Amino acid sequence: MAPHGNPEAPASAASEINREAPKVAATNAESTTTARASGPDATSRGAQEETPWSLWEVFVRSSRGLSHVHAGSLHAPDAAMALRNARDLYTRRNEGVSIWVVPAEAISSSDPDSKGSFFESPQGKDYRHATYYTKSEGVKHL
Amino acid sequence: MASQNLQSVPAELSPEEQEREAAGQAYFDRIISEDSRIEPRDWMPAAYRKTLLRQISQHAHSEIIGMQPEANWITRAPSLKRKSILMAKVQDEAGHGLYLYSAAETLGQSRDQMMEDLIAGKARYSSIFNYPTISWADMGAIGWLVDGAAICNQVPLCRASYGPYGRAMVRICKEESFHQRQGFEILLELSNGTPAQKQMAQDAVNRWYAPSLMMFGPPDDDSPNSEQSMAWNIKRFSNDELRSRFVGMMVEQVRVLGLTLPDKDIRFNEETKKWEHGPLDWNEFKEVLAGRGPCNSQRVERRREAHENGAWVREAAVAYARKQAQKENAA
Repeated sequence: MAPHGNPEAPASAASEINREAPKVAATNAESTTTARASGPDATSRGAQEETPWSLWEVFVRSSRGLSHVHAGSLHAPDAAMALRNARDLYTRRNEGVSIWVVPAEAISSSDPDSKGSFFESPQGKDYRHATYYTKSEGVKHL
Repeated sequence: MASQNLQSVPAELSPEEQEREAAGQAYFDRIISEDSRIEPRDWMPAAYRKTLLRQISQHAHSEIIGMQPEANWITRAPSLKRKSILMAKVQDEAGHGLYLYSAAETLGQSRDQMMEDLIAGKARYSSIFNYPTISWADMGAIGWLVDGAAICNQVPLCRASYGPYGRAMVRICKEESFHQRQGFEILLELSNGTPAQKQMAQDAVNRWYAPSLMMFGPPDDDSPNSEQSMAWNIKRFSNDELRSRFVGMMVEQVRVLGLTLPDKDIRFNEETKKWEHGPLDWNEFKEVLAGRGPCNSQRVERRREAHENGAWVREAAVAYARKQAQKENAA
């Protein structure tokens, strides 16, 4: 290859043969519904049971002593590959010492439309917080 | 277009549905005005969803296509160290694409559909990746200028109003800074090398300078979607504002490199306190975006080849997963 020539010429022969290969994308298109969204954010969970490359949510423990935290999501055909993909995708720089992968459809989440009523109980209950008690101000170790 | 869709409620909705739409809009408006974040299951205007899908999927495609100009030099990297660095960087681009596809999926678009659109040539991606990488110095110029411009663009996107997009951008920005630094180092070493090497570095900077400035998008007075995107807190700064900032940073850094920027009109405007640059060829930008750049067809063709050549791997993985599941069931 000439040092200043364009070395980006596409390879030809091998790709011509593989053009015959069936497109997985075409079959996968069946598997992922457009309505589906990711995991805890999902709009319609569990729509598809047997999805070949289904959605997984990834949780990473960044170091010992800390909890696993949601890092993102990915597609994989099974748990073993989901774990490998999660390692490659979310821990390329030692971001974790442990990974959980969970099928997105296995996650139940609260309904965003009922935010108010679902979470209203703590409201008006300031006495559950230490800051509610002001008379002890200035008293040491309290 | 977006602002019109924003407020309109389709007439065929029942009164009950209209009420729900209005309540959703009010909730959405409040979240935006509080500069809080919209999450996937929240009600959002159709135009907001559409704008985000367009932007995030284009961004994802850019990362995926962006692997090619650099992957092109992996086998020709001048040392094992440079080769390892380049591979790590290209792997990062793949990762960035995947983070962004995940974010786009939360808006209701399937990943397969996005991939189909890309390899069918229907999807857009950043015009910058349609330029060829003809010398090793291009790896330096891409890191320094292209990734530099990308960082300028992306840091404010970490605060984009759509939660999954912002979170993907935080992750991406953390990883992107190594990209720019390694590019700077490549150029610095070439610049301090033989006269021929220095010339190679200067040539790369000359070729990548204008395309990298155009990465910020058309001038503000010719950027139809910008205003609405800023109103929705997706964009935080205008194209020209970010471009001007970027020019200012490059002016400083190019001195350290001992090279020059191919722009005699660069100046700091004392009145506006902004950096100004020479005219850019926006016709070229539009041509490349429309698919008539130097490498457009090659990039999409490569992507399609890679996708199709990988089909058997995806199928084998599914077959293996099924078999394992059957074994477990039988046991």
